[in-house]
Amino acid sequence: MSEVKYSKEHEWIKLEGDVATIGITKHATEMLGDIVFAELPEKGSNVEKDGTAGVVESTKAASDVYTPVSGEVVDTNQEIVDDPSKINQDPENSAWFFKLKIKDKSEMDSLMNKDDYDKFAKENNT
Amino acid sequence: MGTKKTSLYQLHQDCNAKFVEFAGYHMPIQYSEGIVEEHKFTRNHSGIFDVSHMGQLFIYGSDELIKDLEKIFPLDLKNLKLNHSKYSFLMDKDAGIQDDLIITKIDEGFLIILNAACKDNDFKILKELLKEKYKMVLDENRSLIAIQGPKSSQILNEVVDGVKDLNFMSGNWFLFDNQKVYITRSGYTGEDGFEISILNNYADKLTRELINKGSKLAGLGARDTLRLEAGLCLYGHDLDKDKTPVEANLKWAISKERISKGDFIGSDIIIKQLNDGVSKIRVGIKPEGRIIAREKTKIFNQSDVHIGEITSGTFGPSVNGPVAMGYVENEFSKKNTKVFLEVRGKKYAANICSLPFYKKSYVKGVNQ
Repeated sequence: MSEVKYSKEHEWIKLEGDVATIGITKHATEMLGDIVFAELPEKGSNVEKDGTAGVVESTKAASDVYTPVSGEVVDTNQEIVDDPSKINQDPENSAWFFKLKIKDKSEMDSLMNKDDYDKFAKENNT
Repeated sequence: MGTKKTSLYQLHQDCNAKFVEFAGYHMPIQYSEGIVEEHKFTRNHSGIFDVSHMGQLFIYGSDELIKDLEKIFPLDLKNLKLNHSKYSFLMDKDAGIQDDLIITKIDEGFLIILNAACKDNDFKILKELLKEKYKMVLDENRSLIAIQGPKSSQILNEVVDGVKDLNFMSGNWFLFDNQKVYITRSGYTGEDGFEISILNNYADKLTRELINKGSKLAGLGARDTLRLEAGLCLYGHDLDKDKTPVEANLKWAISKERISKGDFIGSDIIIKQLNDGVSKIRVGIKPEGRIIAREKTKIFNQSDVHIGEITSGTFGPSVNGPVAMGYVENEFSKKNTKVFLEVRGKKYAANICSLPFYKKSYVKGVNQ
């Protein structure tokens, strides 16, 4: 099984071959509340590590979604655009945001594993 | 002075509220089920809102007080029946709105419900305008609990017998636990509902009883999405000192009789605007897709000219889409006018629409 890693901006990333699937964590959805809008990067576009790659909005406010690694967007999840409440329901599985063909696997090295992220999320509960 | 707590603070904590500071109070923005669920439960069943941060101003007096208040509010107060309520505003001499409010005629004078962020300033202004002739109490000993939604009448009537016979925008004294409570049939959600003015020591008990009968707490988040779907203004956003009631499209709330007299604060400007029209006006705005246009979003016409700004915008859970209101130049205020909203640097199509977004279901004439 491929390892899932986590960013300080509360994204998860799962690498299979050179394609990474990226979404936001359950902890992020709990902080945001009911998600009612999602905007994803365009297929074929290139995104840079730590750059914005989308937006989610709750009834209260808008938040940027960042990409934890660089790459070319090869797929996006239209289902969460059509029904953003799916992000609250299954954030770390079926409600993925986008897939990247990544350039540099070493960008994964600075990301956290599950235990470290859970600890980080607990300490940064805002 | 620290942040204040309402008498329901413990109950909010027991119900896992997320708190925000609002107008100097720790207020619940939402509970564990979240804004969308609280919103829908209020529309379909019954939601309870702690609005104890709002000002409850009692002014005591009789005929002379009525005359003096008519110089301040654009209302026909001498014909306002006992226990009847009216929506109105406190204006400055330029008709700028300093606060919007509900005023109710009670036995000994008037009860005025004021916005939390404005109440202390309102009290100062009114005290000066009334030249300290009347006893005025901004009552901190009373909580204000709203219960809203189609099941609220039945639920509240089980706890406070007789409230189901109240008409919309009227009130009366009732008994709860042998204490006098003043209840009006009113609210801020577009649903049938009530607002209960009750001594602080009894507020927690009353609210827990309402929860036991099937109502649920809803936070300020749901209150905002509900009121926006209902097309109701939020002071400090849709209304402020730079806007007049005519610009805010609230001329229905100004008494025609009082306009003909023209003797209230701001009446010169109001009459001029009613005759000559206004350059900007509040409208409903419905984005075409799912894009949410929030407060301060710029509005453009089809020729890409900046014509206004959004003052409130969110996702409406009952509408199941984005809803907004804002001010546009008068010539673009007609229903179905296509406009563009600039969100994160891109322009999105939207249409001017009539308000409310969600049809009101006030109960009228149950007891006429």
